[in-house]
Amino acid sequence: MHIVVCIKQVPDSAQIRVHPVTNTIMRQGVPAIVNPYDLFALEEALRLKDRFRGRVTVLCMGPPQAEDALRKCVSFGATDAILVTDRAFAGADTLATSYALAAAIRKIGEEQAVDLVFTGKQTIDGDTAQVGPGVAKRLGLNLLTYVSRIVDVDLDARRIKVERRAEGGVQLLETKLPSLITMLEGTNEMRFASLDDMLRAARFPCRKWNKEAAGIEDLSKVGLKGSPTVVSKVFGPTPRSDKADVQSVADTSVQDVTLNLVQKLFTTHPQLEIELLERLGA
Amino acid sequence: MSEAPKPSAPRPAGRAGRNTELPEHLKGYKGVWVFVEHDRGHVHPVSWELMGAGRQLADKLQVGVAGILMGGPDEPLDAFAHEAYAFGADRCYVVRDPVLKGYRNEPFTKGLTDLVNRYQPEIMLLGATTMGRDLAGSVATTLGTGLTADCTELHIDGRALAATRPTFGGSLLCTIMTLAYRPQMATVRPRVMPLPRHDASRAGEIVEMPLAMVEADVVTKLLDFIPDASRNTVNLAYADVIVSGGKGLKRPENFKLVRDLARVLGAEVGATRPVVQAGWVEPERQVGQTGKTVRPKLYIAAGISGAIQHRVGMEGSDVIVAINSDPGAPIFDFAHYGIVGNAMQVLPALTEAFRVHLERRIRKVA
Repeated sequence: MHIVVCIKQVPDSAQIRVHPVTNTIMRQGVPAIVNPYDLFALEEALRLKDRFRGRVTVLCMGPPQAEDALRKCVSFGATDAILVTDRAFAGADTLATSYALAAAIRKIGEEQAVDLVFTGKQTIDGDTAQVGPGVAKRLGLNLLTYVSRIVDVDLDARRIKVERRAEGGVQLLETKLPSLITMLEGTNEMRFASLDDMLRAARFPCRKWNKEAAGIEDLSKVGLKGSPTVVSKVFGPTPRSDKADVQSVADTSVQDVTLNLVQKLFTTHPQLEIELLERLGA
Repeated sequence: MSEAPKPSAPRPAGRAGRNTELPEHLKGYKGVWVFVEHDRGHVHPVSWELMGAGRQLADKLQVGVAGILMGGPDEPLDAFAHEAYAFGADRCYVVRDPVLKGYRNEPFTKGLTDLVNRYQPEIMLLGATTMGRDLAGSVATTLGTGLTADCTELHIDGRALAATRPTFGGSLLCTIMTLAYRPQMATVRPRVMPLPRHDASRAGEIVEMPLAMVEADVVTKLLDFIPDASRNTVNLAYADVIVSGGKGLKRPENFKLVRDLARVLGAEVGATRPVVQAGWVEPERQVGQTGKTVRPKLYIAAGISGAIQHRVGMEGSDVIVAINSDPGAPIFDFAHYGIVGNAMQVLPALTEAFRVHLERRIRKVA
């Protein structure tokens, strides 16, 4: 079984700060990590590899330093790692990204046919959830998004059965391989890297593919040129004009403060009180 | 927008303004479409929220709004169409086929792509749900057009859609436009846009289109649907009152104080991402950038500092009450009422104050 897992290196959003004056992202000192959602995809792929034997190839598009993210994945047990990196890819939106990744997966498939492609649900920096479906459409893979559980894989019959998160419930879906799965978060827990794998990862020769090696045929489909969306402006969130009505427990007792709040709340918002009473009465 | 943040000047993409000029053959694309998402007899409210937003965009452009309905022949698509008119649609494009009973990517992508190619809308909006995102990403790639996810504001700039969305975990907002491709596609999360007025007197027309696909063409089979009711899951996005807790509660057992207050108010329980990651509460209760967007009438945040990742998920709440021991916590910048104090002390007192007040009022009404 050959599985490709697409990952992205992202800034740790919990540590992102915006410069208060220039409204630019302050990247200095912000650690780059493997997009946390992708780890659920990687773990699921590794479990299938454990079960069926075979290979897990991790694939990343990004700048040269994204190699670190790939090494991290190798330390968890990925077999092979490929970084697709080229200046021509800069400024890519999700459509252009899916074109480059799809081309690279086609190349990977020339070495060994790909049965499954995994991606995370979305990234924590872009949050679009668009690249997975985009890659699936470009490669003609059967798309399974928001998968919460892989129920069954039948390699001989080339069939896969999964549970997919939908609004208000879970769909039980069956499709044929090759298929692309976007994995829901919280569905598994990433294994610990073994010492052997950590050592292997440190020395691992990640392959770096430029646009030619990745099999990009149409340069107008990648990077800024291949991106239909245009960022027209970037700005900081609007601060609220009116200040909060704040009381401090330090000034009086907790009882006074809370009673005061309840009174104020219902005096200012009588409709809220009526609705609460209706709800509680019902 | 406020004056403080300085928007960077609009800039053309690529050399020589590539991707900014609309080619002649796309200039005929007219009208605003809203994909009406439904499942097992119910339309997702996000579709009506989008109908309101779509109506405003269309009025600005002086074009019509259409609802897109796809489903099985035995599903009440005509009734949904009437609802669509009541919420602002002028017409509905309907694709009825047994293959479209229950959402599957392939037939819906084909149906919607064919509709777009035939009737050529300039803007198409979908809910950022598991269905809407799955479908929007597939259709946009098939059409080779631009798609902006999770928009929080939609405006018309010139004749193009200016879609604003949070980026970098919500710490920045960016406005994205699709200038040289049509349709311009966007998804919006539930509860980001207000529900428009329902006017039952509005009427419209139905345009039917057959789906050129039979079941044998569809590789993926829907074997079963297990509704959440049987799994006891919460619907946080549409809750009217939410009490949320953050890491300021210090210990998992203290989260009970949040649940106690929620019980007295008949509220849902929410949480921040760190609390969910620590396993204190179920992931379905996470509010924020990577969780749910909520828009309750009352949101009480206890022990929550108000990091931007949480803020973007709840700042649309009508009334926000914050309890935090740090008077400098960012949550006080956007809360309406605040109590500076230890949440472990304030929560029980607040629960008691609400309980006594509401019981007294209920007795008076009775």
